[in-house]
Amino acid sequence: MKLKNLMLMTTATALAAPAAMAQDMADSMTLVSWGGAYQTSQVRAYSDPYTAMNPDVEIVWDESSPEAVARLRAMEEAGNITWDLVDVVGADAIRLCDEGLAMEVDHDEILAPAPDGTSASDDFGDLIVSDCFIPQIVYSTTAAYRTGVEAWEGRTPESICAIFDTENFPGTRTLERRPINNMEWALLCDGVAMEDLYDVLETEEGIDRAFAMLDTIKEDTIWWSAAAEPPQLLADGEAVIGTSYNGRWFSAIEEQDQPIAMLWDAQVFDLDGWIIPEGLPEERLNRVLDFVSFATDTQRLADQAAYISYGPARASSAPLVGNHADLGIPMGPHMPTDPANSERTILFNYEWWADYRDDLDARFQAWLAR
Amino acid sequence: MQDAFVAFDRVQKSYDGETLVVKDLNLHIGKGEFLTMLGPSGSGKTTCLMMLAGFETATHGEITLDGKPINNIPPHKRGIGMVFQNYALFPHMTVAENLAFPLEVRKIGKSEREEKVLRALDMVQMGDFGGRRPAQLSGGQQQRIALARALVFEPELVLMDEPLGALDKQLRETMQFEITNLAHRLGITVVYVTHDQTEALTMSDRVAVFDDGRIQQLAAPDTLYEEPQNSFVAQFIGENNTLSGRVTRIDGDICEVTLDDGEVIDAVPVNVSAVGDRTLVSIRPERVEMNKDRLAPDAHTLKAEVAEFIYMGDIYRTRLRVAGRDDFIVKTRNAPDQRRLKPGEQIEIGWRPQDCRALDA
Amino acid sequence: MTDAATGNIGRAAADARRAEAEQTGPVMAADGRPLKQSLNRALRAQKLRALALIAPLLLFLLVTFVAPIFDMLFRSVENQITSETLPRTVVALEDWDAQDLPSQDTFAALAYDFMEAAERRIHTRLGSRLNYETTGISSTFRRSGRGIDDLGETQAEQFIDLNPQWEDPAAWVALMAAPDWIAAQADWAARADAADAADRPFDEAEPAFRLAGGIAATLPETADAYRSFATTIQQEDEDSPTAEEPWNTVYLALYRDLLRQPAATIAAYDGPQAALVQEAAGVAAGFEATDLPAFFIDMDDGWGDLKTWETIQTFSDPYTAGYFLAALDLQLTPQGIEMQPEEQQIYLMLFWRTIVLSLTIMGLCVLLGYPIAYLLSNLPMRTSNLLLILVLLPFWTSLLVRTSAWKVLLQQQGVINDTLVWLGLVADDARLALINNQVGTVIAMTHILLPFMILPLYSVMKTIPPSYVRAAKSLGATNSTAFWRVYFPQSVPGIGAGCILVFILSIGYYITPELVGGRTGIFISNRIAFHISDSLNWGLAAALGSILLILVLALYWLYDRLVGIDNVKLG
Repeated sequence: MKLKNLMLMTTATALAAPAAMAQDMADSMTLVSWGGAYQTSQVRAYSDPYTAMNPDVEIVWDESSPEAVARLRAMEEAGNITWDLVDVVGADAIRLCDEGLAMEVDHDEILAPAPDGTSASDDFGDLIVSDCFIPQIVYSTTAAYRTGVEAWEGRTPESICAIFDTENFPGTRTLERRPINNMEWALLCDGVAMEDLYDVLETEEGIDRAFAMLDTIKEDTIWWSAAAEPPQLLADGEAVIGTSYNGRWFSAIEEQDQPIAMLWDAQVFDLDGWIIPEGLPEERLNRVLDFVSFATDTQRLADQAAYISYGPARASSAPLVGNHADLGIPMGPHMPTDPANSERTILFNYEWWADYRDDLDARFQAWLAR
Repeated sequence: MQDAFVAFDRVQKSYDGETLVVKDLNLHIGKGEFLTMLGPSGSGKTTCLMMLAGFETATHGEITLDGKPINNIPPHKRGIGMVFQNYALFPHMTVAENLAFPLEVRKIGKSEREEKVLRALDMVQMGDFGGRRPAQLSGGQQQRIALARALVFEPELVLMDEPLGALDKQLRETMQFEITNLAHRLGITVVYVTHDQTEALTMSDRVAVFDDGRIQQLAAPDTLYEEPQNSFVAQFIGENNTLSGRVTRIDGDICEVTLDDGEVIDAVPVNVSAVGDRTLVSIRPERVEMNKDRLAPDAHTLKAEVAEFIYMGDIYRTRLRVAGRDDFIVKTRNAPDQRRLKPGEQIEIGWRPQDCRALDA
Repeated sequence: MTDAATGNIGRAAADARRAEAEQTGPVMAADGRPLKQSLNRALRAQKLRALALIAPLLLFLLVTFVAPIFDMLFRSVENQITSETLPRTVVALEDWDAQDLPSQDTFAALAYDFMEAAERRIHTRLGSRLNYETTGISSTFRRSGRGIDDLGETQAEQFIDLNPQWEDPAAWVALMAAPDWIAAQADWAARADAADAADRPFDEAEPAFRLAGGIAATLPETADAYRSFATTIQQEDEDSPTAEEPWNTVYLALYRDLLRQPAATIAAYDGPQAALVQEAAGVAAGFEATDLPAFFIDMDDGWGDLKTWETIQTFSDPYTAGYFLAALDLQLTPQGIEMQPEEQQIYLMLFWRTIVLSLTIMGLCVLLGYPIAYLLSNLPMRTSNLLLILVLLPFWTSLLVRTSAWKVLLQQQGVINDTLVWLGLVADDARLALINNQVGTVIAMTHILLPFMILPLYSVMKTIPPSYVRAAKSLGATNSTAFWRVYFPQSVPGIGAGCILVFILSIGYYITPELVGGRTGIFISNRIAFHISDSLNWGLAAALGSILLILVLALYWLYDRLVGIDNVKLG
């Protein structure tokens, strides 16, 4: 590996190794994220303290994460990588790693251990879903509903299956316009056990079953493509129940005081984290490694939770999560990882979706269009 | 005129509610008459034509056609043929289709239609061009087609809005002749708008000279030229010399004018009313005589200095300094007994008092 | 008459000239050259100057427009990835009959290919590519990439047990490398050390590995596998074969060679390390073997599935119609071209919907835009300029802002529905669905594209003199006849231009349909965008794009046939 080589070379040639390392770092870097409240949380928790420590470093934020995969491929084809660190979801990290667009990293070597000495790879545990992926947060795609819907006559949704129960919970639903998560929920509510979901989904009959279940609400559903839509739809009364990211719901409920309530049941955990583009020049790579080691340490990940209700990816960060920086409310109960919220969760199967995504997506879109 | 075919009766027109474009127009046109509205642009002549065609409505007054008021009749029901300045041939139709258009909208049967179209095309000697598009025709040919189209549905009244403006001089003269010929042969009434005085003089039975929203003079061409009623008409029709002065004596059909430089001449009083009025005396260039031998006995003579001599083939055009002005023009026939003058030469000129008209100043 | 006369004279003169030309042959210029030649020379400078004037734009278009289109067309058929990633496997599969699993040899070829691909980290890329065709290959490749290192480990251990020399990179180099390469490498290493000692930077790359002359005849697979190893580590890791122990697959290759090559061939080998080779040849037959298919299937079940192999075989050509077939809801199977299963057919339907909705939007734009353009063209300049600015206003607001505005207006609890309910035109429980469906797409896109209809219409109508309609009326036509027979036909070029603009723009739109189209109002472009930015299936995106391009050209041709393209005017 190049990295190993580089390390060897540094130790072999330069006796004053730490000084040499510091000299070889670029003094600017471009970080790519999703914009909005999430990016703000990253700026406040990671890059502000980092620039305070390294005043010479200029950090440029780019909001291109939604099209990061395509952009990185285009950059690679053009032979000019302009990004230094990119925030992507787990599935995209796998894709980028498969395509050779993201750099494989040795987590224990480049990331800080936990304060108690636990190695980084143990601290992150299973969340390292790809060799290229440096996890940052756990978020979840989960349901929420509008409170005080008259037609429900006082009934309150208790489980995810309320989405499919148009009899007790009439009204418009809103679900994401893609198969991921929807297929799982459909099967779950059709009586498939949590642990069998992907086995069933792998069969023709399983897929048919899921679509049959979705068929029952197809006409009653607004299929969203941007996660900001569902909270707005519920707030406007356009829809009565729907799914989105837990952080979006949090901001609608706690920050904007909308008549919406969370339904944590069967939330699907998903990950977001950094990848380093493959093929960075040495100086820039050194800078990025320095930054990423700082930005993913236990304290920084816990700090981020003060600005947004996404759970830190390190096990060691969980006890350090405090209050919301502006609202002052404890953030623990709003974390998807909070025990009260995660009684029943679906573990998003990255490997499985990496294989089946294209196929099912085509089927899903065809089903939607009919 | 009692039997007026077209009559404008106290017609006024204003576009903006502040100024009148046409001021109190009274005009009677007889059946079969070729009447030309002549005037500079902005004089109101085209507005009058458009009111007659129905594209503009009179602000006040009444227009009658064959005794019937037409103020409230839409243009397509007036049955008036019209030839437009740029012909307005429909570019997406062939010549024959253009001609058939007025017949079609009148629901005339196909065979009769074709026959009439052919006849109209023959009438303007364009029989072979039925299948062409307007864009494939020359200006003169388009003009003929426009004429044929305005005539094909046999209207009794045809309006022409500067129809020859876009043609070159030679073609224009040919067309002038053809149009008048055709109009007389078919016995139609024509109202013709132009700003070209030669055209007006050669074609019309009568000419209405427009200026400032009014008819300045309505008369046959020769009368108009020989006996302009005011200085505008005198200036506008043909070439004209003016000398300004003051009326010092009026004696029946002759008056005495003292020019600004003190010279005293006799003139025919046309619209001067009292002694002391300022006046513009008008003399046509061809009525001025420079050859002493040919001067009439009662002619008035004046001293003049040659400023410029221009040879124009059939005539000589001499510019003179007379009575303090240097734009006095004299036209003489190119005849063996005429001398070619040189600038600076002092000569004597003269004219008959009858040719000298004292007009408004 | 005058016209005709001049025409005749002109023609006569031309005839005379022609007759003259016929008599004397080609017309000569004053210097005796043929006139044509002189004229061409005179015009050449002009042409060159004209070319120089358009050159910047031409270049710009070539780079930013023509080149990407060709690149797209090329991508939609390009498929070199299989033969580049698995060259040996593709050759070995050429004669495979698809009845049983491929032979041990084919698996061996796959092993060598895969080892190199995994080291170069390109195996997952091929996996993603083939996963478009057969679901599951992606993870098969990904998993196999992790396990392939171990293939041949058994053999490696046994060779090393036999003679520790097999562990020594230098021994391998001596056996495999061309003598001149060894010399060149030694020279390079010496210079590198010298530079190092003098603390000088040294960034010269190691000489590219070259195989010894005779070794491929004796140990063909080993030579091939070793070369693959040596060049890969040189290129990928900037490592030297002189310092690295070969991959396990090289030992596997050696084992297979020793068993399969005729004993005489091995015995006849007298190059470097002949003793080492012959020592191993004597005992290799007794080594523990590895069942290659079993090893692969153990890494991932996919290798036991004929479908995986069929897919590799079917998509091994450097060019494929696969993307185009997929874009037309077809698929390439070993049995030939078939329709996709019904539940996966989507593209034909989307193409059809895109065309129908685009035509609807175009029609609405004509209906709404025509009266406005007519009004504008008949108003005084000052008023019409002001109104024109209002028409252009949509261009000045961001697309997202406009689309959000449409949401507020059109949703069921939105302004329009509220108003209708308040007026009593619509019952509260039967509010109209005006967004998140085709209606939403049509409304929003008509709004957005309306200026593109109004502008050409306006500029064409501006050029129609009012005298035409007046003439028609004076000829006896009623208002409506004058309009339909005279005015309208002359405005057709504007309608044509507007329609072409609106249709072509709308056929390629995707942001608005994505935001307001719901499930039934999305266009084919949304799928193209999805494949570009989400699924990374650029080949399919390119094929869809190419079909769209062909479709537009076809409709353009049709328009030309029906209406005539010279009947299009932008003003």
